[in-house]
Amino acid sequence: MASKIADVIATERTALKETGGVTDGSIATNVKPLTPRSPADVRPERITSRDPDAFPAVTGREEEWRFTPVDRLRVLLDGAPSDARLQEKTELPEGVSLREVGSDDPLLATVPDPVDRLSALAMRNADGAVVISIPADAQVTAPVLVDLRGTGQAEVIWGHVVIEVGRHAKATVVFEHGGDARYAACVSVLVGDGAHLDLVSVQEWDSTAVHSQHTAIRVGRDARVRGIDVTLGGDVVRLVKTVEYAGPGGDAELLGLYFADVGQHLEHRLFVDHAAPSCRSRVTYKGALQGDSARTVWVGDVLIRAAATGTDTYELNRNLLLTPEARADSVPNLEIETGEILGAGHASATGRFDDEQLFYLQARGIPADEARRMVVRGFFADVINEIGIASLEERLLAAVEAELERTKL
Amino acid sequence: MSTPQNRAAGSVLSIRGLEVAVEDKTILRGVDLTVRSGETHAIMGPNGSGKSTLAYSVAGHPKYTVTGGTVTLDGEDVLAMTVDERARAGLFLAMQYPVEVPGVSVSNFLRSAATAVRGEAPKLRLWVKEQKEAMARLEMDPAFAERSVNEGFSGGEKKRHEILQLELLKPKIAILDETDSGLDVDALRVVSEGVNRVRESGESGVLLITHYTRILRYIEPDFVHVFIGGRIVEQGGKELADELEANGYAKYGAAAEPAGKSLPMGPVVPGAVTTA
Ligand SMILES: Nc1ncnc2c1ncn2[C@@H]1O[C@H](COP(=O)(O)OP(=O)(O)OP(=O)(O)O)[C@@H](O)[C@H]1O
Ligand SMILES: [Mg+2]
Repeated sequence: MASKIADVIATERTALKETGGVTDGSIATNVKPLTPRSPADVRPERITSRDPDAFPAVTGREEEWRFTPVDRLRVLLDGAPSDARLQEKTELPEGVSLREVGSDDPLLATVPDPVDRLSALAMRNADGAVVISIPADAQVTAPVLVDLRGTGQAEVIWGHVVIEVGRHAKATVVFEHGGDARYAACVSVLVGDGAHLDLVSVQEWDSTAVHSQHTAIRVGRDARVRGIDVTLGGDVVRLVKTVEYAGPGGDAELLGLYFADVGQHLEHRLFVDHAAPSCRSRVTYKGALQGDSARTVWVGDVLIRAAATGTDTYELNRNLLLTPEARADSVPNLEIETGEILGAGHASATGRFDDEQLFYLQARGIPADEARRMVVRGFFADVINEIGIASLEERLLAAVEAELERTKL
Repeated sequence: MSTPQNRAAGSVLSIRGLEVAVEDKTILRGVDLTVRSGETHAIMGPNGSGKSTLAYSVAGHPKYTVTGGTVTLDGEDVLAMTVDERARAGLFLAMQYPVEVPGVSVSNFLRSAATAVRGEAPKLRLWVKEQKEAMARLEMDPAFAERSVNEGFSGGEKKRHEILQLELLKPKIAILDETDSGLDVDALRVVSEGVNRVRESGESGVLLITHYTRILRYIEPDFVHVFIGGRIVEQGGKELADELEANGYAKYGAAAEPAGKSLPMGPVVPGAVTTA
């Protein structure tokens, strides 16, 4: 059995290398023994720290930066302090409060640490945080809306937002990013025991904007989080999302949709750290790419630690290349330190636009451009349908439509 | 050529000297065929003889390069049209292997197709009824309307779905590429009845590509064409089908196998086939 897992992983890795990113696989359930992995497969210990200098200087050769065009993030990586802020517009439903705290506020001592140099710089340079609180037991039906808008590239902007969801509370928080900016942020999400949070982040930046963010989610005992990333605009967008479980029974569902066109680099990196027993995670990201040098990166890391018995995890990434010059990297990575799990698997595939589908629709009279739009919409449909927030689904469909219009398929 | 059906409805698909290559390999070597609305033609021929190539070329699949000849529909140059223009002009191809389109529901697909072919969106209420009734006639579970196009459909379900489109789109000329293969007896009956409803309108011409005579017992052809090595080598009435069933294509010099028997699906190199 042990070797079976190793075989599956090895096969998939080979497949990935050979095909440039097409693999499909899942790993059997209830596998007993630990699986020693070849040293080449074992990642270096992850560093987390509030101190930017705890991380090596970023050259672009490091594992977590190797896909990123670091030159286009250089002004942020330089780390110069700045007081500039994005324009904020918030809608706070009744019961939800917002306050600003200084960097010495005790709450900030409790949030998860940054995971790379840029997120550490963001946390330090933000010098305090905006805290959105949903009190315990509150059932907030209207979404909390946070509209963040950049007005130019004159200054870099650092941000830190904390979202606190009290025990057994239920809420939806939607971030919308737009305009032009060079923005690096940390978003710390503390979900109390038994709470339920839907956290949506929409990136509809102007085509020159640069956005780097670490969203750190701590899932309480029996809590449920759904994180939804929708990344459509921006020159470089690099979103890191990490999930940790504060107790058993937590559930994290991470959904993502991205659409890169000419010159865009859109990167999503997920890390789900299963350290508590009986937790569940699902990662589903889908991307479309269109045009010269359109580039996307998806890295999905899942670690099941020895203590995390009864874990149930699955991650999936699919990319649709609408033009041959576009490039999608897709790197799933599953590390399993216990055999006592419910299930663990992943699938990743990057495929070209299927001309046979186009032919079929056209052969029924549907004009080529409409047929292409139908196929792309269809590709994203399952992610959008998963969201389960009707008003948001409509908005996202509209945003994808707009994107399709813009890119003139 | 005499035709028992009404010719007044008046659409004519005319294929003259059609030559087609795939990846520099010549497949069709001069096909001549005329199909009028109201007529039913059967094309029979061994594997790899180029029957699907003929169907796809008329529909405009980009993989096939027309190297000679003409195709016209009511005098209009079909070869100059895009794939969707051909469909809107009144051509329909029921495919041997219908394509899966994930995330696009059957109902969305059908309505988009009907809107395109009819030139205006059908009134929603009437359309829902029309679609429902058409599905019921083909004994399709209404749940199919919400499923993704062809995704996870069985072979028989895909073929019913093709005929559903045929009935809803009412083309001038329909080419059915092995719609009968892989169908059990019940499905064959249901699908044949669908085709016959379209024929009875008298407004559609049907070109039926098949290996088997059993579908011809349900859908009686006016003409049978024997297709070998990329061209039509003989034509006749429906009695020709029975003869092929009994004797195969041996007398045409093709790899002999009675048409009614199960045929291997592997390609037969058409160049190796000598025509009569
Ligand atoms: N992409 C391609 N590249 C090379 N050869 C091809 C290609 N597509 C089709 N062919 C060849 O063209 C020939 C005709 O194929 P076609 O599918 O038209 O035959 P068919 O008569 O429909 O056969 P069947 O009865 O098996 O459906 C075959 O030899 C086939 O291998
Ligand atoms: Mg064929």
